[in-house]
Amino acid sequence: MTTKTSAFRERPFGLVVGGLSVLVVILTIVSIITGRGEITGGLGDLVGLWRRDAETAWLIMSQVRVPRTLLALLVGASLGLSGAVLQGLLRNPLAEPALLGASSSAALGAVAVFYFGAGGLSYLLPVGGMVGTLIATALLLLLGGRAQDTLTLILAGVAINALTSALTSLALNFAPSPYAAMEIVFWILGSFADRSLDHVFMALPAMAVGWVLLFSVARALDAMSLGEDTAATLGFDMRQVKLRAVLGTAFCVGAAVAVTGVISFVGLVIPHLVRPLVGYRPGRLLLPSMIGGAALMLAADIGVRMISTALELKVGVITAIIGAPFFLHLLVVLRRSRP
Amino acid sequence: MSKLSLRDLSVRYGARSVLNGVTLDLAPGSLIGLIGPNGAGKTTLLRACASLIPIAGGECALDGRPLESWDRRARARAIGYLAQEKAALWPVAAGRLVALGRLPHLGPWDSLTPLDESKVSEAMAATDALHLAERPVTELSGGELARVLIARLLAGTPPVLLADEPVSGLDPAHAMQVLTIFRALALEGRTVVVVLHDLMLASRFCDRLVLMNAGAVVADGAPLDVLSPDRLARFYGITADVMPEDGTRVVVPRALAP
Repeated sequence: MTTKTSAFRERPFGLVVGGLSVLVVILTIVSIITGRGEITGGLGDLVGLWRRDAETAWLIMSQVRVPRTLLALLVGASLGLSGAVLQGLLRNPLAEPALLGASSSAALGAVAVFYFGAGGLSYLLPVGGMVGTLIATALLLLLGGRAQDTLTLILAGVAINALTSALTSLALNFAPSPYAAMEIVFWILGSFADRSLDHVFMALPAMAVGWVLLFSVARALDAMSLGEDTAATLGFDMRQVKLRAVLGTAFCVGAAVAVTGVISFVGLVIPHLVRPLVGYRPGRLLLPSMIGGAALMLAADIGVRMISTALELKVGVITAIIGAPFFLHLLVVLRRSRP
Repeated sequence: MSKLSLRDLSVRYGARSVLNGVTLDLAPGSLIGLIGPNGAGKTTLLRACASLIPIAGGECALDGRPLESWDRRARARAIGYLAQEKAALWPVAAGRLVALGRLPHLGPWDSLTPLDESKVSEAMAATDALHLAERPVTELSGGELARVLIARLLAGTPPVLLADEPVSGLDPAHAMQVLTIFRALALEGRTVVVVLHDLMLASRFCDRLVLMNAGAVVADGAPLDVLSPDRLARFYGITADVMPEDGTRVVVPRALAP
């Protein structure tokens, strides 16, 4: 056995899934009772308000807290799962929807729909997001899917990110009004604030389809740890596996970004933390990454509400500020372990 | 008892023709060594037999039926393939990596049955890798990893085994151990084809050698007949000695051909 004796070593699968689920339940409750200071602070304020004015309290719960919490849950789950699948598919622990340009192209897709539809076609926003992610992920497989070296993959992501940010800048440049420009910036800085249940229902169907597609490749991802050719000789149709993974990522990330904007690094950090707990098996990683993603997203969103600033901090900004140094750290560690 | 029959098989990469009309019968009962200089088309031939690349012309049939007409999973149970690249990516326990060889026998949501577990253990015992079962594959030495990957190939118990350079990077003892295993499997009644670069090992362990050059089979037969001095000079550009050695004789490369 290895001499590693850190907290991160393999645990029974049921324990990992159960533990993370309990964490999600606790964070869900905390998220529902946590508000921004000036409206209703903690649980005490909420109970007080309920006594004085039950109608307002109910309104806050159903219109503000519950949608926000549900969105954080769904988006976190989708991003965690997509990250785990992308890492298995590309056989690269640095793969992540945002780093690889999938999120920014989803944002671009949503911006395009918004731009040409003037916001009236809000139900098309997830579609725009999905199309954006689909194009980016397919491009990524073409550019860096075959060669598994990290550099090619990251460079492909850089190229896609550069392209989408150029096009998003173009949209900003020609924004007809400051209001429209603000709306576009909204998709670049991800947040769960001011969302309604409509957003939840807009994103949920696409995400659910994405989850099914992504889980269907779990076994193939295990086989792919032996290489793509060997996986094919073990009876997997690799074209179909890739198609399902790419479509699933597009559904998940596209829908998530369309309703909350770009939230990066969740798909990078969570699979990385969970992987040792499942014995590094790519297929086994999916469910815990999904639950872990939801937990991280809820925790980050609770965090931004607890930090009191005049303007609410966007959760996408927080994940990027924490995630980017984490990414750098991973890069250094990987460069050291792999020549 | 399964056999592969190649009839006039051609493979192209774009406009470049890599295999030109190869006709071969690969049958059980003898360890078949596929040899030839770099770029001769050995790996391509093996990949075509494993259905990894499209065939441009001719046919590759398993037990009389073209490979394309086989169900993907049934074909995976029948033909095992060991890739040339032998790298481990994630630090998975070796036993679990070997268990992946059982995937063609499992439904999408099945877990390993006791039968699967016993096949995994048998395969690991055969390659002297049982004691490595709990070790992360990224921490194994080259020889240990090669034995674990061969155990993965054996765990699926395919009647046809195709191994691309199974002994490259192995020290002499482990190389001989691996070839002994493959030879035993061939004598047991499986069809075993191994790509080899080491002519000494090829002549020592294989019962039949298929020499390829420029996408075609140029010789096929008993090792010492195939490795004649003029062929070694013509296709490999070397001279070699034939050393007598307790009954069998081996070919030992000596120098570049004049």
